[in-house]
Amino acid sequence: MSVVVAQHLVKKYGEFTAVDDISLEVQKGECFGFLGPNGAGKTSTMKMMYAVSPITAGQLFILGLDVKAHPREVKRRLGVAPQEYNLDPDFSVLENLLVYARYFRIPRSDARARAFQLLDFFHLMEKKDSVVEHISGGMKKRLILARALINEPELLILDEPTTGLDPQARHLIWEKINELKSRGITVLLTTHYMDEAERLCDRLVILDQGKILAEGEPKKLVQEFIGDEVVEVVPSDLESALTALKVDSEGMRFQVNGKRIEILSKNPREIVPRLMNQLKLENLSLRRATLEDVFLHLTGRELRE
Amino acid sequence: MKGSNGIFRLPVLSSLCWTVWQRDMDVYKKTFKVNFVPPLLEPILYLVALGFGLGFFVKEIEGISYTRFIAPALFSITTMYAAFFECTYASFVRMYYQKAFDAIIATPVNIDEVVAGELLSGATKAFINGGIVLGVIAAFGLVDLRYVMVLLPFGFFAGILFAALGMICTAIVPSIDSFNYPIFLFITPMFLFSGTFFPMSILPEPVVVLAYAVLPLTHVVKIARGLTLGAPETSLVLSFLWITVVSVITSILAINLMRRRLIQ
Repeated sequence: MSVVVAQHLVKKYGEFTAVDDISLEVQKGECFGFLGPNGAGKTSTMKMMYAVSPITAGQLFILGLDVKAHPREVKRRLGVAPQEYNLDPDFSVLENLLVYARYFRIPRSDARARAFQLLDFFHLMEKKDSVVEHISGGMKKRLILARALINEPELLILDEPTTGLDPQARHLIWEKINELKSRGITVLLTTHYMDEAERLCDRLVILDQGKILAEGEPKKLVQEFIGDEVVEVVPSDLESALTALKVDSEGMRFQVNGKRIEILSKNPREIVPRLMNQLKLENLSLRRATLEDVFLHLTGRELRE
Repeated sequence: MKGSNGIFRLPVLSSLCWTVWQRDMDVYKKTFKVNFVPPLLEPILYLVALGFGLGFFVKEIEGISYTRFIAPALFSITTMYAAFFECTYASFVRMYYQKAFDAIIATPVNIDEVVAGELLSGATKAFINGGIVLGVIAAFGLVDLRYVMVLLPFGFFAGILFAALGMICTAIVPSIDSFNYPIFLFITPMFLFSGTFFPMSILPEPVVVLAYAVLPLTHVVKIARGLTLGAPETSLVLSFLWITVVSVITSILAINLMRRRLIQ
């Protein structure tokens, strides 16, 4: 069963098109990622999915329901962990969960039972009576996740779940997301961390300027766009190295990244001798291709603000 | 997401708006000990300074003592400030700094219900603070006790109007500092010129007409005074209708303007 079906989805803010004709399907139990630079349209897409941002054009079905016609019913069955820290600072950790549960009309005793389970699951029990402002960033993110689960959602929407966290906090959140996945919850996730996408997502789309540039399993995308490995060269003289490459570039593509040249090829191990002996390139290394290579290959290297 | 984006669109409301009200009340309960002192002390200060101080020279207005004259005004002013401040500064902080409304609209509660819940909170604060003032002026023997049970809910009723006016400001101000303008240009003149501390009858006729047309507090004071003195006239029904109609219109406007601000 498809949990999310988007057909030619468009979101415009005045003249600006944030989401430009996106179509995709997400199956039950999948973790589906939205990868893209800042301003790619990730959050705009998420906000249409959780029915707070009106859809400009196209169709969107969540859990079989038309989002435009049944926003309330869709929201009842979703869990949303937004990007910004919008916990209620007037309440303690536990109260945040209880007050949020009330918006779903969850009976008080059920809400308490679920809140305690979630505090336990996210290692927040010790902090249950702390004021939200006094807990760490990692704890706030975990509390936002716990809050998103209070209504036992069938679909979880996570907008940049680990942005701004230290490595320990990120690993803990990844572990929890994987646990939730194993329970069969469908997860939509936006991120601009490649390691996060590779670790968590079964499938993903790479977005830029509101359009889908690529879609598929992370490993297959790397295979398709980059290959197994990348040859990196850090030449002492970048200009002459580039000139040499331009003369004899058969079977390879290359891109410059600062002082480094990255050379992509179907058979990177075979071109290494040629690069060393004929082109006289020095400082060569071979590394595994990653999703980051795909991402930068598709979205370019210029800075996005 | 139904309907147009017009400012007179009928809001989509359900009982879920009370969950937003409950949230605000939970916070209010936590800080009640701090919150209930100002509405208790303020009318006492006004009664002593104006009622007994200035009243020493004024003696009588329209056949009653000056303290008796200003007592219903103190009640009315309190409902105005309580509701207006709740739905300006407090709501703005929740909306803009705490992103509380963004969090709530990701649940089955919609934006119309969030704003309606905030209006109910503003009116409830008017009810509570108005009730405290009523207790004070009753203790001074300035209220006809037969009408206390009418004045109490009337505080809530008047509160809705001032809450809606405040929420309209919240929907359109660029920043929290901008609230100085509606307060300086609208709330303070109302505080002074709505038959609060001197009778409207001494003002020129066109000014009186204008005041009744555009200053909500004039109607609130008129009704409150009629009730505290124990002599409600039938003309109060007109003021009651004025408040009802304007409350409905401003509440709808407030909800739609907030929706415009928050839903993009």
